[in-house]
Amino acid sequence: MHGQCGLFFRTYAGEARIFPSRFLMVSMGLFGAVLCLAPLAMNNYLISILCLINIAVIGAVSLNLLTGFCGQISLGHGAFFGVGAYAAAYLASLGLPFLAVLPAAGLVTAAVGMFFGLPSLRLKGIYLAIATLAAQLILEYVFLHWDAVTGGSSGMAVDHPEMFGFSFDTDAKMFYLTLAVAALCVLCVRNVMRTRLGRAFVAIRDHHLSAEIVGVDLFAYKLRAFGISSFLAGVGGALWAFYTMYITPEQFGIGLSVSYLAMIIIGGLGSVLGGVFGAVFITILPEFLNFLAHHAGAFFTDISGALLAMKEGVFGLVLVLFLIFEPEGLANRWRLMKAYWKLYPFAH
Amino acid sequence: MEYYLQLFISGLVVGSIYSLVALGFVIIYKATKVVNFAQGELVMVGAYVCFALTVQAQLPFLVAFLMTLAFSFVLGIVIERLILRPMIGEPIISVVMVTIGLSSVLKSLVQLFWGTQIQVFPPVLPQEPVMIAGLPVAPVYLAAFALSVILFLIFSAFFKYSRLGISMRATAFDQQAAASMGIGIKNIFALSWCIAAMVSSIGGVILGNINGINAQLGHLGLKVFPAVILGGLDSLLGAALGGLIVGVLENVCDGAAKEFLGLGGFKDVAAFILLVVILMIKPYGLFGAREIERV
Repeated sequence: MHGQCGLFFRTYAGEARIFPSRFLMVSMGLFGAVLCLAPLAMNNYLISILCLINIAVIGAVSLNLLTGFCGQISLGHGAFFGVGAYAAAYLASLGLPFLAVLPAAGLVTAAVGMFFGLPSLRLKGIYLAIATLAAQLILEYVFLHWDAVTGGSSGMAVDHPEMFGFSFDTDAKMFYLTLAVAALCVLCVRNVMRTRLGRAFVAIRDHHLSAEIVGVDLFAYKLRAFGISSFLAGVGGALWAFYTMYITPEQFGIGLSVSYLAMIIIGGLGSVLGGVFGAVFITILPEFLNFLAHHAGAFFTDISGALLAMKEGVFGLVLVLFLIFEPEGLANRWRLMKAYWKLYPFAH
Repeated sequence: MEYYLQLFISGLVVGSIYSLVALGFVIIYKATKVVNFAQGELVMVGAYVCFALTVQAQLPFLVAFLMTLAFSFVLGIVIERLILRPMIGEPIISVVMVTIGLSSVLKSLVQLFWGTQIQVFPPVLPQEPVMIAGLPVAPVYLAAFALSVILFLIFSAFFKYSRLGISMRATAFDQQAAASMGIGIKNIFALSWCIAAMVSSIGGVILGNINGINAQLGHLGLKVFPAVILGGLDSLLGAALGGLIVGVLENVCDGAAKEFLGLGGFKDVAAFILLVVILMIKPYGLFGAREIERV
């Protein structure tokens, strides 16, 4: 029996396909089916974690488009996410239907994101990171003080989303909604990366001067990266508002921006899959620590409090260890694992 | 008018602490090109160590202060050796994220040992205010200002005249050339972290004497960015002036916003609005070295 001992592309179109092999298509289909059936076998707590993961995936994948693919470091992604949440909450309170609110929140966020992306014309690297840090703090201030729209420090309540008379009023229903939107967003980023736009982003990241010389309009494409990325972040933020049903300015602080950056670093910069891995990892980490604190508390009475206090420290430590020992992230580890099993009995 | 003069003076004091922290930031950036997001946490750790030595271990203040400096020196070496050295040659985002990770580790360690409540230093300097230009000013404020000026002068001289300072500047300018002239690059990197940690802990001790300390002290580190961007990321003079300007500006803007617009808490963003404006019109700051790109 003769077969290919690997994946070989004979055309560019073949390489650019979303599912390059039939095996991948089948296994992704199976994965999707398992994911759809999962809530049936889970309690509400586990389903709520899955919902949070779905929303985090949107945030992480969108940030990876901007930072991982286009090389523009953003420390303001949490605030952009918040703009989406507040826009959704405000528009929903005006009585707009859910299906209109979701893209509208994305568009508002895209406008804000592109505005704060304007300095990227002149700035790069660390200067841009600091400019986006300023965006984060200025937007936080706006959330806290624009009482008429954001409700100030007391926050805003949001209703369950409704579509064609169907109300998403349980965690399980929200899970399917967030899963669908997250899948759409991941597909959108994957598709953007297969086009001229995506290739321009990668060119800008790899060497901005060379990119400009081969005809990439740096400013226009950087601005588009900010626009697309913050559009998706806005959609994620809107889902967050609909899911938590109550938003306050503290939810969208610098900590959120940092945790999105941590997701894409731990998952793998410049990889759609990496964004997904990182989002899963960082969302599960605190829940895992809770679990640990809960169970360790039975044996050592005073350790659970200390473990909870250490939550942020563990997050920082994981981040530092990943950067030192696994700088390519989980996506690379996954690739190495696949390569190992592909050749399993004959490693060389 | 007196209201604004008062704001101006308290701005100068806060600004002199920003200057100290910014000085530490610039020293690290100058020598290693690392942008340190954990600068505020170094301030916090210094303040808490000094607090533990004076209040919890009952040592005289001066002894505690010197021991704090020694501790910061060691902390700087440990951080550089364990965390920053493996990151040499990595992309900017990795280096930025490693310092952010470091900042959360330091913050949670402080919370673990000392909790989140505000802690107050015993008064070291006399409490009666000194009159300056008809305004009462606490001696702590004067000491803070004087100390920052002295430290700035010391470091300027250090970078200009001492062998070590010159080799640090050489390293900043061109690592390869410096290494081939016989400068131990790794020692220079470690040294710059030590100095930065020490300067920051001095800032922390002063702050502890003025306001008391709590686990939110690390937020001070963010205020460093407007200061260093205004002054130029790699300029000592810029850091010193930038810190003072930012301190004064945020206090005066805060007062003005309260009086004319009825906005509270404007202090937190005034500096960052300034930051965006500077980045748009003069990205390399007042005294920073311009990067020129040629193809």
